[in-house]
Parts: sequence; C-alpha cells; structure tokens
Amino acid sequence: MSQEILLKISNIDVFHGTFQALWDISLEVRKDEMLALIGANTAGKSTLLDTISGLLHPTKGKMEFEGKDITHLEAYEIVELGITQIPEGRGIFPEMSVIDNIIIGSYGRRARQKKAENLKRVFQHFPILEKRKKQTAKTLSGGEQQMLVIARGLMADPKLMLLDEMSLGLAPIVINELFKAMKEIRETGITIMFVEQNVRRTLQEADRAYILETGRVTLSGTAAQLKEEEGVKKAYFGI
Amino acid sequence: MTGDIFTPLVMGVLLGGLYALIAMGLSMVFGVMRLINLAHGDLVILGSYLAYAVVTFLGLDPIVSLVICIPVMFGIGFAIQKYLMGRAFGISGEAPLIIAFGIALIIQNSNQILWTPLSRGLTTSYSLASFSLGQLQFPVSYLLDFIAAVIVMLALREFLVRTYLGKAITAASQNKRAALLMGINNNLVYGFAFAIAMVSAAIAGVFLGMTFPFTPTSGTQFLIIAFGVVIIGGLGSMFGTLVGGLILGICQTLAGTFLGPATQMLIVYVIVLVILAIRPQGLFGR
Repeated sequence: MSQEILLKISNIDVFHGTFQALWDISLEVRKDEMLALIGANTAGKSTLLDTISGLLHPTKGKMEFEGKDITHLEAYEIVELGITQIPEGRGIFPEMSVIDNIIIGSYGRRARQKKAENLKRVFQHFPILEKRKKQTAKTLSGGEQQMLVIARGLMADPKLMLLDEMSLGLAPIVINELFKAMKEIRETGITIMFVEQNVRRTLQEADRAYILETGRVTLSGTAAQLKEEEGVKKAYFGI
Repeated sequence: MTGDIFTPLVMGVLLGGLYALIAMGLSMVFGVMRLINLAHGDLVILGSYLAYAVVTFLGLDPIVSLVICIPVMFGIGFAIQKYLMGRAFGISGEAPLIIAFGIALIIQNSNQILWTPLSRGLTTSYSLASFSLGQLQFPVSYLLDFIAAVIVMLALREFLVRTYLGKAITAASQNKRAALLMGINNNLVYGFAFAIAMVSAAIAGVFLGMTFPFTPTSGTQFLIIAFGVVIIGGLGSMFGTLVGGLILGICQTLAGTFLGPATQMLIVYVIVLVILAIRPQGLFGR
C-alpha cells in the first residue's frame, strides 16, 4: 500500500455551540487505504466526518487534502475537491425518484462531466438500483436506501469517501453485501474512511483504525495491531 | 338566473387560474425554505405597479412589459433572500416572518407615496374584449389568466424536474444536510428559489392588474386568497396549488351567483376552515 498521505488532520478542536466535541485530534488518511473510525455513540466520530466535510469548522488546528489547506472551506467546495460523505441510510431525498437521487450526486462541476461514465459504474455496483430507478426513494428497503446513498456519493466522483454508520439497523446479509460493494469500490481507486459500531467486523475489513473516546484519539494502528491490544479486547470484545 | 350554472363554473375555473398563479410563489417559498412569506401578496402587487410604470412610461403592452418586470423581480427576490431572509434564518424561526412583515409594510407605503392610494389598472386594447362559448360571453382577460397559470405551472415543473438547479432546489427542500453533502450550496439555491418565486409573482402581478383594479393595500387581500389556495391544495405542491386555485375560484363564483356577492369571501374562509379541520396538510400535501 502506498504511504502517500491524502488527508492530514493536525490538532483540531471542534465545538457544537459551547460544547467541545473534539479535542486536539490528529489523524492521517493514506491513499488507497480502508481506514476505520471506532468509538462509542458520543465519541465524536460523526462530528469528525462532518468537520472534514465542511459542515462544521475547527476552532484550532489544520486540515490538508492533497497538500491543500481545507480547514475553512465550505461543504460544496470540499465536495468539488473530491471528498464526499455518505450519510447513513436515512440521508436520501425521500420524495424524489431513485434515479434523481443518484443524478443529484453529480451536481458538482467536476462530477457533471463524468456523469455518464459514473452512472454506468454505479449500476454495475448496484444493479438493483437500475431496476428500481423510477420508484420514489422512500419506497426502497433499508438496505436499498443505503445502497442509494452510496451510489449517489459515487456520482460525485470522489477521491476520498467518508462512510457514516453504513450498517445501522440492517440485516447481516445486507451488511455483507454492502461490505462487498465497498471492497469493489475501493479497487476502483477510491480511498475509504468509515465509521462503524461493530468493532469486530470493522477490524476484519479495515487496514487501519483510529479509536475515539469522548472526543479524543486514544489509540491507533493497523487492524492487526489493534486486535491484539489489551484495551481494545477489554472494551470492545469483552475478553 | 334561470339556473344557469355553466357561466359561474367557467368563470370560476378561469378565475381559479389567476388565484393559482398568485399562490404559486407562496407555495414554492414555503416548500423549499419552510418560510411563510407574509409579503407575498404585496410582492405580487409590486409586480402590478412595476408593470403599470412600464406601461405608462414606455407605452408597452402589459404582457410585453414582463420582459422588463421578470428580470427586475428576479433580482429583487434574489436580494431579499440573500441579504435579508438568509441572514434572518440564522437568528431564529420567527425572524424571517418579521422581516417578511416589514417588507410588506415597506412595499405598501412606498406604493402609497409613489402612486397615491387611488386604484389603478393595466388597461389594454383587449381589456374589455370577450370571447364566446356557445351562447355565453366571457372576458378575454380571464382566459389569459388561466392560460398564463397553466404555462407557468408547466414551466416550473419542467424546470424543477429537468435541470440540475431545479433538482437541487427539490433536494434541498427534502433533506438540507444531504444536499450540503452532495455539494449543493444551499444558500445560493435558496436565493434562486426565492428569485423564481418572484418571477411567478411578477407574472401574477401583470395578469392580476389586467383583471382587477389594484391599490397599494390590495396585497393583503390577495395574500389571504393565496393562503386559501395553498391550504386547500397543500403547501409546497405545484399541482395542488393549481387544483386549490380552481376549487377556490369555482366556489367563489358559485357562491356569488347563487348566494349573493357578499358571500364570496365568506365561502373562502369556510372552505379553508373545513380543510384545516379534516385534512390539515391539504388535498395534495404530504
């Protein structure tokens, strides 16, 4: 795997109003890797993704993407640079058709030019969506809605894809399918950073992981290293 | 009267078109930004006065005056959203309402100063023309209202369904956060949504001015009618707005014919109350 750094976050603090959600977070995402963020519900994983996406802004620290300072960019500028967040499954446009949901992913100037090519790719990953393309998005099953948000994100032609709690509330068989799709997507050259609740599964799938606790990075390393870590075993596997 | 129901029905349908046209911008602004634009009636009347100025000073036909009125109202709408509403959204839920009320007052009083409280109208060579349907005669201006309403509705629908900007407006109205994550600049999209609503207000203003006389305070009366239309049809639904307009128009003319002119507005309130009681989201609302 390449050691080239795609996204570098240095010492950021992030607040929700007066509440400090992230404390001095530093992290790097390497090109072509599958990186996981692990942590309990309020650890700040989604806050971190939202900060990278430009929905929230750090009060301290710096974020660089491909060497460019993105700390103070707005969400639509971040998407244009090639970072796309896939919100968890309820993040669809419920009253729009499946195909319109997918097409809106290519809203950015850069993505629009590759619309036809990406659409073909998306339907290869998720043939079920092509069958359902005329349906209203809210009529899809939970798993299909999750596929839809991933498909929509792919239309933005990302270099880095941020996946938020993909498997939330889905059946294991659907989750397997989604992880399979993620691997295929990664093989097309898209770097993936994902947030998951299921630690055992996460450490199987990811190359590396960061562990967040109450807004701080407490541990990081390769998935293999973390599996052996005493703290992780105790906290997450109950051993 | 001889039990003639045909005349009020046709008049109601045609008048309903004008009502729908007036209500379209109100419905769109609510559908996209969840803002109840209390200034909408006055913005429509502003469109009427704008056309009146162009007709008076440049001698253009009112419909041709839209070439000037549409871009001006588009600009006004975009500016209102960008410099007033957009900022007010960040303050509180009530702030945009108060701003809208303020805009309404400013427009009303500016029109009083500029045009005096006398009633005005957009008169043309065909103002008094009529067309016949069987034995009966109907004013041409009412027919034009209806045609304009259908054209504006279809154009708006096509725009929302076919273009990237239209899809982005729809997307931002359904899931703000997801729209941001897809690279949509919501503030810009809201600006365009308000501007497009004002284009519909400009068109409504012209056709209203060709159909009825207007004064600087007419806006309130048409705001109430627009509210009636969207309550019946469902806020945010374009098709519902057209149907709501037709229902309101037909009920008004039927009531006017069979129960007397005094009941025309009363019937509007009664229908609105009934709809609110049995189907508060409107006939086509979600």
